[in-house]
Amino acid sequence: MFLINCPYCGERDQIEFTCGGEAHIIRPKNPPDLSDDQWADYLFMRKNIKGVQFERWNHSNGCRRWFNVVRNTATDEIIKIYNMGESSPTIKGNEPKTPSGEPKIGSGNISTTFEKK
Amino acid sequence: MSKKISFTFDGKKYFGNEKDTLASALLRNGVFLVGRSFKYHRPRGILASGSEEPNALVQLESQGFTEPNVKATEVLLYEGLKANSQNNWPSLKFDIGSVNNFLSPFFPAGFYYKTFMWPPGLWKKYEFFIRRAAGLGKSPKENDPNEYEHVHYHCDYLIVGGGVSGMLASEILRQGSNENIKILLIDQNNELGGNFNYGTEQRIYTKGIVNGDEAYSGWIQWLKNHIKKYFNLKILNSTSVFAYMHNNYLLAIQNIDPQISPQNKTLRQRIWKIRAKKVILATGSFERPLVFDNNDRPGILLANSAKQYMEKYNLKLGKKTVIFTNNDSAYQTANFMFRTGIPIECVVDLREKINPYLQKLMDIAKIPIHFGHAITDTSGWLRIKSIKINKIDGKTNKIIGKAINIDCDNLLISGGWNPNVNLFSQSRGKLIYRDLDGCFIPQESFQNEISIGACNGTFELENIFKEAYKKLEHLINPELLFNKFYCEETTYKENIKTIWQIPSSKPLGKTKMFVDFQNDVTSKDIKLALSEGYRSIEHIKRYTTTGMATDQGKTSNVNALGIISKISNRPIEELGTTTFRLPYTPITFGAIAGRNIKDFFDLERTTPIHEWHLKRGAKFEDVGQWKRPWYYPIKNENMQKAVNREVEATRNGIGILDASTLGKIDIKGRDASEFLNRVYTNAWTKLEIGKCRYGLMLGDDGMVIDDGVTSRIGKNHYVMSTTTGNAASVMSKLEDWLQTEWPDLKVFLTSVTEQFATISINGPYSEKLLNKLCPKEDFSNNNFPHMSFKEINVLGISCRIMRISFTGEKCYEINIPSNYAKNLWEICFDLGKEYNITPYGTEAMHVLRAEKGFIIVGQETDGSVTPIDLDMSWIVSKKKYDFIGKRALFRSDTIKKGRKQLVGILTTNPDIILEEGSQIVEKITKKPMDMIGHITSSYYSPNLKRSFALGLVKGGLDKKGLKMFVPMINKNIEVEITNPVFIDPSNKRLIA
Ligand SMILES: [Zn+2]
Repeated sequence: MFLINCPYCGERDQIEFTCGGEAHIIRPKNPPDLSDDQWADYLFMRKNIKGVQFERWNHSNGCRRWFNVVRNTATDEIIKIYNMGESSPTIKGNEPKTPSGEPKIGSGNISTTFEKK
Repeated sequence: MSKKISFTFDGKKYFGNEKDTLASALLRNGVFLVGRSFKYHRPRGILASGSEEPNALVQLESQGFTEPNVKATEVLLYEGLKANSQNNWPSLKFDIGSVNNFLSPFFPAGFYYKTFMWPPGLWKKYEFFIRRAAGLGKSPKENDPNEYEHVHYHCDYLIVGGGVSGMLASEILRQGSNENIKILLIDQNNELGGNFNYGTEQRIYTKGIVNGDEAYSGWIQWLKNHIKKYFNLKILNSTSVFAYMHNNYLLAIQNIDPQISPQNKTLRQRIWKIRAKKVILATGSFERPLVFDNNDRPGILLANSAKQYMEKYNLKLGKKTVIFTNNDSAYQTANFMFRTGIPIECVVDLREKINPYLQKLMDIAKIPIHFGHAITDTSGWLRIKSIKINKIDGKTNKIIGKAINIDCDNLLISGGWNPNVNLFSQSRGKLIYRDLDGCFIPQESFQNEISIGACNGTFELENIFKEAYKKLEHLINPELLFNKFYCEETTYKENIKTIWQIPSSKPLGKTKMFVDFQNDVTSKDIKLALSEGYRSIEHIKRYTTTGMATDQGKTSNVNALGIISKISNRPIEELGTTTFRLPYTPITFGAIAGRNIKDFFDLERTTPIHEWHLKRGAKFEDVGQWKRPWYYPIKNENMQKAVNREVEATRNGIGILDASTLGKIDIKGRDASEFLNRVYTNAWTKLEIGKCRYGLMLGDDGMVIDDGVTSRIGKNHYVMSTTTGNAASVMSKLEDWLQTEWPDLKVFLTSVTEQFATISINGPYSEKLLNKLCPKEDFSNNNFPHMSFKEINVLGISCRIMRISFTGEKCYEINIPSNYAKNLWEICFDLGKEYNITPYGTEAMHVLRAEKGFIIVGQETDGSVTPIDLDMSWIVSKKKYDFIGKRALFRSDTIKKGRKQLVGILTTNPDIILEEGSQIVEKITKKPMDMIGHITSSYYSPNLKRSFALGLVKGGLDKKGLKMFVPMINKNIEVEITNPVFIDPSNKRLIA
């Protein structure tokens, strides 16, 4: 239940919003020229990152406007919010930490140091 | 003398005192046996005095008021309280399940996983026995008569915990800030003050306006009264914070009037949903048990909890008390007992010596101490009778020498202290292991939070004062502080000898060293898990179920880690802890539901004509949140008869339908036509003003998601209608395209579903009715052809009338501003009587449209059906370069042969009505048969005088005329694949 700062309404509870998946997926302008694989790539393939993810969010129970959010999916920390149509910002500095400093992919709770020889 | 309060436990009547908890009242009455353990059904007593209690779980009250798994330590006594012990049969003292105790070699870690994995068919047999034998309390079968509610609260500071640290933090923050700052202090007990853990003999000094000094107990009393006086400091008692979520969002549960029986009140609990700018955690600490053989007998208590029972509740626990410790804190209990004249047999201390100050106190009290000794076994079934102690080697921790027997009826144990880091960990803060006293303490905050006092590993009173001032300094204006408190350093510092698993003279396999009391997990279970190859602490937790009971391992987690560390020879800090999860303490379902029950469970939407339907005796159907008339029975008419009558009336006279629930989206703007062109499969640019067109909407995967008729009101103005169920999702999908993909299009969408009601007038006499309604207008085919629209003044109200049809009959749909709808409906009804005007519901509507082969999105389609599959390629534009879903219609999968296609289906026996969803096979073979399709709609048609159905069949368009079968449990029904249009294929009735 994190807070999202809607660019049109201000800070509101997450329950007012819906996540619309990965941002910056642009619908191709020339669908008939695309192969099945190219079309499937646009249609189905989405990134699922543990860490910094660019996503679309909609203030569905508020102003109903769409906007872009940069979110650390491991911590739900919101790094940046920007309007639709704007290009994706570069996130400077270190990547936000995962809660226990675990790697970005896989379970962070498996100890890697214990191996009987 | 305080008032006596009567209560019953397992049907027996007892009396307690006014401020008693159920636990202290039971102990007051000498009731030490309060429950049976989970797996082995061993007799268990009260171990602790707060939310960490693992054993004393009771079933509170009965019938609808009942609540299972309630900690006796957390229930305040009220007059007439009724509690029962759990997990025993036939009685607490004689429990048949305790035979499990002697079968325990057969109940190892992972027992359930190992035994009941295979074969799956046997699970049903096992389940009966497991469900009876396992599980703690019983869930109620009746409705809960109490009420629960939720409250939202915003504050600047939230302080969790009303012990010395929490009270001090509240006072510092209140004094040091202006009075607009909102402070909330939450404490789980009914009275502030917390544990009174340390420093009972210490003096507190006050510097400032009020000068003076007094003993700790006097000072805490003063503070308790003092902080209640300020309006910007709100105090919630009997309230537990059970969740710490993102952005300082915390949930707490408040017990309303805990000293009143739930029978005598309406509101029982309230959930607080708190958003705090800053959170101060002062959640204290829990004493750890020691893990030794048979450490779970009734009469064994944590040393500090015992002190609370003796000090706060003025109880005498036993006649012969032994204290077993590895640290100094238990000596406070010893000292307290000495000062109040409660005898102590001896202290067994794992360490070789204690500091001179404590030694002197014990010398004065003449309490013998067995240094370097451990308790290696205990005896006594329903209550502890004696202990065995052995000398242990100071270096190897192995037993040396012979055992000594000591009789006792009360054993107080202390294995050190665990800061209560549950909420801190929930907030995603990082913990660090402190070797010095073997505990995890907060290291790095993840949220805007501060931990103070024992929950931060700061146990000594003078350090708590120092820490509170230091950590809160930057939040306040120090000049505003008019009082400053401090105390002198304590004379001793904590020193502890940690032996995670006390040695025993028996082999480990023969011992019962309980780590998790509530889930009956022993030291040997943990060893077994490790020897079976489990490494990750999260896996060991799940496999052994350590820390997974309702107490969330408050007394067991760190001991379990210590034992894993010892057995696997890995340092504790490398193991890490398991994740602490919400809820911190169990929450009732009633509290979670709050007021969102009955009528408030889900929104119920009704049309403006709803009252008329009610009066008419309509049966209703839920369509999304809408209540739609399903059919209107007359007298004792059954559903089939009513539907037949409604269908026939519509085909022969007039049927009138309340279609107000259809979604209506007003579309305006320069690019409205272009927008429709993109989202519908057919062409829209050439639609004339005043005309209507049916449209099919696809997802970009080519699958049908909605359909409906859109009318062109003006050059840049349309009204789109959607299916009832999809109105909201279509609207948001359209907004999505407009805002994110096509921001260059100037189009504005407004939902007008509730602004307009829709009255659909169908049948051969519909035109006559319209003529009576508006005598000056011309509703004939020439002037008002099918698929056209007019703005017409009906009885002084401007209405939009569309000539469209979902029944195949001549039909006029009147869209009227909602407030006038019921009136118009009634007038139509009066005027139409001579044409046998008949209201019809959704069931007749389905029959009428299915007779015509019209699809219903969500019934004939399921997200995997393209327009081509529906044989509707006539509506898919070949000229448009692109529209949503177009490219996907040419994917290898969507053009492949053998896709399911929409067909009509007629049973050979016209009386059989197929079941919707049943499967279609080409021929009857041995099971499993190849399924080639399924029935999507199936009805009886009074017009055809037979049953009929629609279905999706693989390659169905090429199979028309073929016989197939619908296999049912006791029969195989022969069917024929047909054309899906059963009535008036040439659409003559539309213009009849
Ligand atoms: Zn907004």
